[in-house]
Amino acid sequence: MSGKEYRTITDVKGPLVFLEKTEPVAYNEIVQLRLSDGTMKNGQVLDTSDDQVIVQVFEGTESVDRQTGVKFLGDVFRLPVSKGLIGRILDGAGKPRDGGPEIVAEEMADIIGAAINPYSRESPEQFIQTGISAIDACTSLVRGQKLPIFSASGLPHNDIALQIARQAKLVGSDDDFVVVFCAMGITAEEYNFFVHDLERTGAMENAVLFVNLADDPAVERLITPRLALTAAEYLAFEHDYHVLVIYTDMTNYCESLRQIGAAREEVPGRRGYPGYMYTDLAMMYERAGMVKGKKGSITQFPILTMPGDDITHPIPDLSGYITEGQIVISRELHQKGIYPPINVLPSLSRLMNAGIGEGKTREDHKSVSDQLYAAYAGGRELRGLVAIVGEDALNERDLQLLKFADIFEDQFLRQSRDEDRSIDEGTLDLAWNLLTNIDTKYLVRLEQKWIDKYHPTESKS
Amino acid sequence: MSEESGLIYRISGPVVTAVGISPRMYEVVRVGDEGLMGEVIELHGDQSVIQVYEETSGIRPGEPVVRTGQTLSVKLGPGLLTQIYDGIQRPLEDLEETMGVFITRGVDADGLDLSKKWEFNATASVGDEISGGSVIGFVQETETVEHRIMAPPGHGGKIASIESGEFDITTTVCTLEDGTEIAMMQEWPVRTPRPFTQKNAPDVPLITGQRILDFLFPLAKGGTAGIPGPFGAGKTVTQQQLARWSDAQIVVYIGCGERGNEMTEVLTEFPHLTDPNTGKPLMNRTTMIANTSNMPVAAREASVYTGITIAEYFRDMGYDVALMADSTSRWAEAMREISSRLEEMPGEEGYPAYLSSRLAEFYERAGRVQTLGGDDGSVSVIGAVSPPGGDISEPVSQGTLRIVKVFWGLDAGLARQRHFPAINWLSSYSLYPQALDQWYRDNIANDFPEVRTKISSLLQVEAELQEIVQLVGSDALPMDQQLTLEVARMIREFFLQQNAFHDVDTFSQLGLQYEMAKAILTFQEESEKAMAGGAGLEDVVNVPARTDLMRGRFEEGYAERIGELLGKMSKQIAETMEDN
Repeated sequence: MSGKEYRTITDVKGPLVFLEKTEPVAYNEIVQLRLSDGTMKNGQVLDTSDDQVIVQVFEGTESVDRQTGVKFLGDVFRLPVSKGLIGRILDGAGKPRDGGPEIVAEEMADIIGAAINPYSRESPEQFIQTGISAIDACTSLVRGQKLPIFSASGLPHNDIALQIARQAKLVGSDDDFVVVFCAMGITAEEYNFFVHDLERTGAMENAVLFVNLADDPAVERLITPRLALTAAEYLAFEHDYHVLVIYTDMTNYCESLRQIGAAREEVPGRRGYPGYMYTDLAMMYERAGMVKGKKGSITQFPILTMPGDDITHPIPDLSGYITEGQIVISRELHQKGIYPPINVLPSLSRLMNAGIGEGKTREDHKSVSDQLYAAYAGGRELRGLVAIVGEDALNERDLQLLKFADIFEDQFLRQSRDEDRSIDEGTLDLAWNLLTNIDTKYLVRLEQKWIDKYHPTESKS
Repeated sequence: MSEESGLIYRISGPVVTAVGISPRMYEVVRVGDEGLMGEVIELHGDQSVIQVYEETSGIRPGEPVVRTGQTLSVKLGPGLLTQIYDGIQRPLEDLEETMGVFITRGVDADGLDLSKKWEFNATASVGDEISGGSVIGFVQETETVEHRIMAPPGHGGKIASIESGEFDITTTVCTLEDGTEIAMMQEWPVRTPRPFTQKNAPDVPLITGQRILDFLFPLAKGGTAGIPGPFGAGKTVTQQQLARWSDAQIVVYIGCGERGNEMTEVLTEFPHLTDPNTGKPLMNRTTMIANTSNMPVAAREASVYTGITIAEYFRDMGYDVALMADSTSRWAEAMREISSRLEEMPGEEGYPAYLSSRLAEFYERAGRVQTLGGDDGSVSVIGAVSPPGGDISEPVSQGTLRIVKVFWGLDAGLARQRHFPAINWLSSYSLYPQALDQWYRDNIANDFPEVRTKISSLLQVEAELQEIVQLVGSDALPMDQQLTLEVARMIREFFLQQNAFHDVDTFSQLGLQYEMAKAILTFQEESEKAMAGGAGLEDVVNVPARTDLMRGRFEEGYAERIGELLGKMSKQIAETMEDN
């Protein structure tokens, strides 16, 4: 565009800069700020009119003054994308962080990303085996799904995410996943843990990292996940890769969103978060999926830490309404020393039914999973009762359920960090074995034909 | 011309302010060099505030804004069924053709195929006196649905000419003596309810094949229902079950601000599912509106109106229409987002102060009516609500509950135990049973209402007993109360739970529902008798025939076998007495 530099800043408020008397500036246009000492900063237009333009500055407004020069670049934010992204580490604004060369762009992609036409989507139904029994049996993941991990501070969500990234595969297929990892406001220590693990297992060669650490500008976090998803879309839909996007921690992202909202003096929604947070999150989560005519797919694993372990907090709440289920990490199980401490009861995979059953996992999968849930839920409920009345007051059925809950946690949920269980022998057969602790007449969720075929002691084969 | 076009002054997200034009409220305007579609939502001095239905990135102040003179309207006529639209009636299939798999902007698409020819069969003849809403002919739109062509409301007179044959939908098929030309297509502004002669009281149930809904909390044809629930409790599955199995002749499904993959699921599945009432693919009677959560928020606001206008149009033909809106909370949030960009004074939780009146206006467009053409038609509205944190004290849930007559309360606790549908039988309610009881007596069984009362009071008693059990354990209860608990467990596990993903269990005919409920009551009676005669609780509960009776519901032909299974159970229970 004109390349004209304006020195008409009137107000600076938090991460926002207000200017007047400019050329007509486009909504969402990219902005460059040149400070008096020569430092460059980047921003984006949030509101534009003939009289005033509001710019959000990604690197924060420190040292911005009325003499700062502002240049409008005439385009929206774009990321240079190419296959060369794989194996690279970039910062939260998309610049190389690994000391390597700039990315040679095959294409400059708009980072906002257009919505996938629902008519053009392909129904996700290919089961991904993670090797973790709790997930494979009870909240099965499919290609193209967005399944967040709802965790809380101090819990091993990173280990679980890495284990999934390491072990995830389609049964009977050698297709590898490319991992796009997006860090938002995590500590250097956590970051090192991820990088170290990816390097140790050789997964780094198949990964792209976008990194905004805790001491990087908070506002930059608003674009980091969009960069990651833009890269993911490019790799999936232009180069047929199956991409697994892990982003952590969505809670930090939402905090930044709230910060911008407050600086703009917007009417806040619940707990001060902006009313459009649902739409904003959806614009990212909905970038998961598969589309007709393209081989690749995007599967998302957002990690978020629930403030105060509260699942009704706006961040997990709005996420849960958009994502296709959730994996809930439990402090109680973690304290019992169980890894992975996945509480299967509030966990859910909405796409599970499309991805399991005959020809996909095994014909009895749905039945077995329903029965595990029902029995474990029953057993857990009885723990509360036993604490009051003692085991003597329980009838036979209740006693069996109570015992089953302990066995389930100890043998089914618990597995080691490098244990990769197959879905049939590793997970479903194990489930059948554990269900022998309950009389068949109490196993009302199991259809007779599966009992006849699979029950270790009652089967007719 | 200065009247007709002006300039953009300001852009803030989906809200654009223009100067230099004076349009009417809710007039459609074209915004910017790309001509994006927008709607005027506020006039303020010489400024007109516009909500834009497409992404506004890259638009600049100074670009043109052009009036169209029209308010936001939908095109109504043959071709609506089997379609999937975005919030402003652009067919998503056409959008894919013009812009590929990602939705970009600035593309127009007609809601109906204007060039497709349909076989019009005139049923009125020259000289007939007709009025607005009169049926003048029909088109066999899909295998199962006869699309009746009506004179547009407000147009009437003596027919001067009318012709059967193959026409496209804009060609005149009928002329009135005053010169009015009637084509198969008409347009209607979405924010205005379509007129009818009078509203009638609903007295026929909308049968859904879902036991807990049909049997305990029925919805009448022309009624309204709200389904609030936290995420993961099964709102969408319930809505989809209703879209699949309810015995409406037309289904309008609005996916409002929800997941893209869910719409895809419906799209891929419906053409292969069979309508239990007609034996033909379900898609034949369905129109879908999909404005997913990442599509423009202003179009999400409009999607609900687009859907209900289409529903009313089919109602006017004399059909029973069921409309599902999933989720009305996302619609309310769209209103909130626009309202906050307008810097309006917020009401509760940032929602605009007019939220509850908008909700009421929407649900009020449901109802069973006598149409202008003299037929009986209905629109039933089922709205999902997604309350933050599952707490229904929030404004959208409360605004909805004040209006709807049926409340299906979803419960996270039940969902966690995988009790589906996770509808809480203690907190849910329906205000329709009184109006519908006569229908049940005439069409299903004379004691249907009494059986229902018995079942629901057993559940009520169970809830009270459970409180005691929580304190002292079930063994401390007297035998008859322990039996009541077992009977209630049977109601829950055998009757209320229904597997939406099981080929057989997914749908229960109303007659079978009644048989199953009766079977439970028989179990109770026979067991009481047997226990009075000395049998133990464990003996009667564990008779093998009872397990067979319960498991049998997953098998084909259950309706024919249930009588036999029940007989076996009664016999075995009676035998337990002899053993003792």
